[in-house]
Amino acid sequence: MFPVYQVVFFFFAALVVAASAMVIFSRNPVRAVLFLVLAFFASSVLWMLIQAEFLALVLIFVYVGAVMTLFLFVVMMLNIDLSRQQEKFVRFLPFALLVMVVFVGTLVAAYLPHHLPDLAATALVPTADGVSNTEQLGELLFTNYLYEFEIAGAILLVAIIASISLAFTGRKPNTKVQNIEKQHAATKQDRLRIIKMQAENK
Amino acid sequence: MIPLNYYLILGAILFGISFAGIIINRKNIIVLLMCIELMLLAVNTNFVAFAEYFQAGAGEIFVFFILTVAAAESAIGLAILVLVYRKRGNINVAEMNELQG
Repeated sequence: MFPVYQVVFFFFAALVVAASAMVIFSRNPVRAVLFLVLAFFASSVLWMLIQAEFLALVLIFVYVGAVMTLFLFVVMMLNIDLSRQQEKFVRFLPFALLVMVVFVGTLVAAYLPHHLPDLAATALVPTADGVSNTEQLGELLFTNYLYEFEIAGAILLVAIIASISLAFTGRKPNTKVQNIEKQHAATKQDRLRIIKMQAENK
Repeated sequence: MIPLNYYLILGAILFGISFAGIIINRKNIIVLLMCIELMLLAVNTNFVAFAEYFQAGAGEIFVFFILTVAAAESAIGLAILVLVYRKRGNINVAEMNELQG
C-alpha cells in the first residue's frame, strides 16, 4: 500500500523547515514574510493530518489572513534601507548554529524512541467516533473553558485599545468632525426662529 | 500513521531555527517578531500532536488561546514598531541603546 500519510508528512515537514530557514536567512523582509506564510500553510496541512482541522483553518484565517497581512503592511509602510541590512550578519552565525545544533540535538535525543518506548509504540490514531474536531473543541470551549474564553476576549479588547492609542497621533487639522457635545447642548432658542408674517392672499 | 516522535522532532527543529534567527538578526525587529511567531508555531505543533495522541481536548484549547494571545501580541508589537520607526527613522536592533530617557 502506498504510504500516503508518510509522504504527505515528510513533504510538508520539509517544506516547513525550508520555509522557516528562508525566513531567517532572507535579506528582504517582504520575502521573509511571504516565506512565513508558506510555513504557516504547510504546518496547517500537518495539523490537518492529525485531525486538528479547526485549528488548522484558524491558523490560516488568523495568521495568514490577519497577522501576516499586518506584517506585510508594516514592512511595506516602513521604508527600510536594505543596503544597510547586510552588515554583521555573519558575525553571530557560528554562535547561532552552535546553539541551534545543541538545542535541537538535545531535544531530538530526548525524543528518541528508546527513551520514550511508551510514546513511540503507538502512532497517532484518527478519532474513531463521528464527532468532528470542531464540535469537540466547541463543547469544551463553551463549558469547561468559558471563563478563559471570556478572558481571551478581554485580552483582544485590550490589544485593540492599546494599538489604536499607540498608533493614533491625533486628528489632522482641518478635518470635519461632529461635535457631539455641542449638538446635544443645542436648545430650541439657538436653532429655531419664528417669524411673524402676513398670510398670503390667493 | 505518523508516530508522535516525528511531530515532536519537527517542533524542535522549528524552534531551533527560530531561536538561531533571533540570535543572528541584529538589523530588523520585524524579522525578530516573525521568529517569535515561528516559535509559537513550533510550540503549537507540539500541543496539537500531544492533544491528538492523548485524545485530550485541553491541548487544542490551549493552542486556541495561544493563537489569540499571539495575535494581540503581534498587533501591539507592530504598533510599537511603527512608533519606533517614526521616532528614529530606522528599526535597527543594534542601534537601540538609548533607553536613558
